Amino acid sequence: MKTKVRVKKDLYMSLFAVLLGLIAGAILMTATGNNPFDGFYFLFRGGLMNIERIGNTLATATPLIFAGLSVAFAFKTGLFNIGGAGQMLIGGLCATAIGLTFDWPKPILLSVILVAALIGGALWASLPGLLKARFNVHEVVSTIMMNWIAYWTVFYLVPQYFKGPFLETESQRIPAAASLKVPWLTSLFDGSYINLGIFLAVVFVAIIAFILERTTLGYELKAVGYNRDAAEAAGISVNRNIIFSMSIAGALAGLGGATFYVGFASNMQIGVLPAQGFDGIAVALLGANSPWGVFLAALFFGLLHTGKGFMNAMTSIPPEIADTIIATIIYFAATSVLIERNWDKINKIRLDFMIRKREAEQLEADSGGE
Amino acid sequence: MNHIVEMVDIRKEFPGVVACDDITFKVKKGEIHALLGENGAGKSTLMNILFGLYQQDSGSIYLRGDKVSITNPNIANDLGIGMVHQHFKLVHNFTVTENIILGLEPTKAFMINTRSAFARISDLSKQYGLNVDPDALISDISVGMQQRVEILKMLYRDAEILIFDEPTAVLTPQEVQEMMKIMRGLIDEGKTIILITHKLREIMAIADRCTVIRWGKVVGTVNTEDTSEEKLAEMMVGRKVLFELNKKEAHPRKEILSIEELSVSGSAGRKGLKNFTLGVRCGEIVGLAGIDGNGQKELVEAIIGLRKADSGRIMLGDEDISTLSIRERIETGLAHIPEDRHKHGLVLDYTVQENMILKTYYREPYSSKGLLDWSFIYEHAENVIRDFDIRAGEGADSLARSLSGGNQQKAIVGREIDSNPDLLIAVQPTRGLDVGAIEYIHQRLLEQRDQGKAVFMISLELDEILDLSDRIAVIYNGELVDIVDADKTDENEIGLMMAGGKRGVAT
Ligand SMILES: Nc1ncnc2c1ncn2[C@@H]1O[C@H](COP(=O)(O)OP(=O)(O)OP(=O)(O)O)[C@@H](O)[C@H]1O
Ligand SMILES: [Mg+2]
Repeated sequence: MKTKVRVKKDLYMSLFAVLLGLIAGAILMTATGNNPFDGFYFLFRGGLMNIERIGNTLATATPLIFAGLSVAFAFKTGLFNIGGAGQMLIGGLCATAIGLTFDWPKPILLSVILVAALIGGALWASLPGLLKARFNVHEVVSTIMMNWIAYWTVFYLVPQYFKGPFLETESQRIPAAASLKVPWLTSLFDGSYINLGIFLAVVFVAIIAFILERTTLGYELKAVGYNRDAAEAAGISVNRNIIFSMSIAGALAGLGGATFYVGFASNMQIGVLPAQGFDGIAVALLGANSPWGVFLAALFFGLLHTGKGFMNAMTSIPPEIADTIIATIIYFAATSVLIERNWDKINKIRLDFMIRKREAEQLEADSGGE
Repeated sequence: MNHIVEMVDIRKEFPGVVACDDITFKVKKGEIHALLGENGAGKSTLMNILFGLYQQDSGSIYLRGDKVSITNPNIANDLGIGMVHQHFKLVHNFTVTENIILGLEPTKAFMINTRSAFARISDLSKQYGLNVDPDALISDISVGMQQRVEILKMLYRDAEILIFDEPTAVLTPQEVQEMMKIMRGLIDEGKTIILITHKLREIMAIADRCTVIRWGKVVGTVNTEDTSEEKLAEMMVGRKVLFELNKKEAHPRKEILSIEELSVSGSAGRKGLKNFTLGVRCGEIVGLAGIDGNGQKELVEAIIGLRKADSGRIMLGDEDISTLSIRERIETGLAHIPEDRHKHGLVLDYTVQENMILKTYYREPYSSKGLLDWSFIYEHAENVIRDFDIRAGEGADSLARSLSGGNQQKAIVGREIDSNPDLLIAVQPTRGLDVGAIEYIHQRLLEQRDQGKAVFMISLELDEILDLSDRIAVIYNGELVDIVDADKTDENEIGLMMAGGKRGVAT
């Protein structure tokens, strides 16, 4: 009963943020001398006009679903997983390495690839979890550091062992057997990027929703997230749950990496952190940290990303407008939710800052007078 | 009449409950007006409306004769209304001064003048005898001091009408005395006070008038001169309250809790526990008396497993539990009503039914093979709600956060007693409860005892200790002063022992 009310409120908030984002986009289009109705028409048309583009929208959304799910899941335990990008890279690396090394039949190879990506991501994220549980190292700091460790790991390993035939900066293309793309799906969607990842994503959204709502594991994780002290006093092992939560979040991001590097793409570039890892934060925010909310938010972002090129081609509106719309939506989603929740903290930071400034000025004045 | 506040026909509904059912409430300038009512009667809600935290669905508010619309607390501030909430709203790693000026800092020059604020706070503190150090961090000062900071916050904002929501629930008896003095001082300076409290004695001692509400409706307003504690209680509950416990003789059996030579270090600035030895037997209630901060918190945390013991043993039955995890201790038959209900007792963002299984969710029949059985959990919660008369708008589906303070307490007490533990550690079990609820909880604790279970109660209320305990242990400076039979002692003797004097040695 109660949960329904809450879901409704979150839904309204998110829709409101989307609306404000679209209005801001419209204003920008108008200000740059374009017709916003044309702009939106082509933007959405670009993502939906034919079966191929719909396929691309879904394919673009797939890693976003995983990344968003990863952030949202950790958040339920009160953890802020900024390490989605690194976990995706490691997941992708495991997937690519296996895909390039073994010559097995497709079903077996794909299963192993997915399991490897899942485990890789989970292990990668379990480290910040462990650091937090043991030494109280803040996960924001350690996950960001882990992102760069992943970045450099890929940077050295890929050219060393999986170098592509032409370029130093990318891996070989994975064989068809190692790709999540399957012919029947590709042809069903007229040759789009769509791959098995989208089905996997739906399955995992359902699994995560189930874990959070129905299982004792989900109950524990949320209890720790809402009130650590009460959970501890009730006999719930806070540390174990922190490690668990980070590992599951990492597993999700790792799978997201597989759907990106051996699904959407077919090789790995070095020297880039996948943007989806960070976009996942926005997706989780707009999806109000609920699994199905994340799903819808990721589809919407996927649509904007897919449509922006078409909009640019058909009008003179720069594709950055679509990014601006996304950014504005994030901004409104974030401000409405976060400001309300963290008002005290924000105030403290503000006050601290002002006191510091004041003291500094005082000091300057004092020393200046001497 | 010279009414400074008039709330007329105020109505406020929440899902499933009418918190204020056309309440008319009038306060005279310069009086202390008490607001009395059962847990969940709507007292806090009515005051939150006056303070602008909630909007009434209908009805109007007049201040000094003029109709006003108080849509947020800033407007209330401007109108001279201040409020100390049931659960304080202070930022813990801020200093006193920072907390007081929070939200007020002049944004024009983007600069705050902490120095002048500091000076003014010092002055106010002196003027009203509050004795607050403006530079102290909130996390370092006692709850009593924190409350004074809340008072200073109101005074700093030039409030004239001061609302206190259960200010004494969290105070030690000594602090209550000082609080009353402070309130009288405020009245002398021309302030008006609205006081919510469940303690009838305080109302009789300090209030001029008292308005009683029941189920969101006004029962009546009386002059305290013309009434008595008994009459107030009857008005509030709607039946005679006995004030007398049906206490049979205790039949204690073997010892279940044996604390042997326990030493625990205290957290920053607090005394720990030194070589503490105490036994609690099945079938008895042992009360621990003592002035706050003499090691009670450390003792409780060591028993339940939140704090490590430096040396000594804690035996529960035949098992040494001092090295067990918290969960293992709970499984050995330990239950705990915590001192701080929001910190250690409840997950406020969980519903009542979710809170009811906080310690048992992983066990049959609440779950099996890792899957929660929501229909069983719901049924179970509804039973506890009925047994303990927990008033919540949406029953087991209500968020714990939406419950009134007293009902949150009842939910915790209900959960812990319902688990039928061999040993119940009850810290201030009736904090914030109305007299009817206190009577009921006391009866349930006695019932536990009569069934051969043990209760170890830690309370700052001497009355509660004397009424309920079979034996009374007194703690001072982290050490056990003595343990005495409850029927062979009295308030005075315990009081002396609480100050560290040994029994019979006192002059
Ligand atoms: N934000 C809210 N959402 C839903 N219900 C609420 C909310 N606030 C209060 N209520 C309900 O309104 C009723 C009155 O609550 P209120 O807090 O005013 O009680 P109270 O008289 O202060 O009780 P206590 O003595 O226990 O503090 C209760 O039934 C409570 O559950
Ligand atoms: Mg209240």
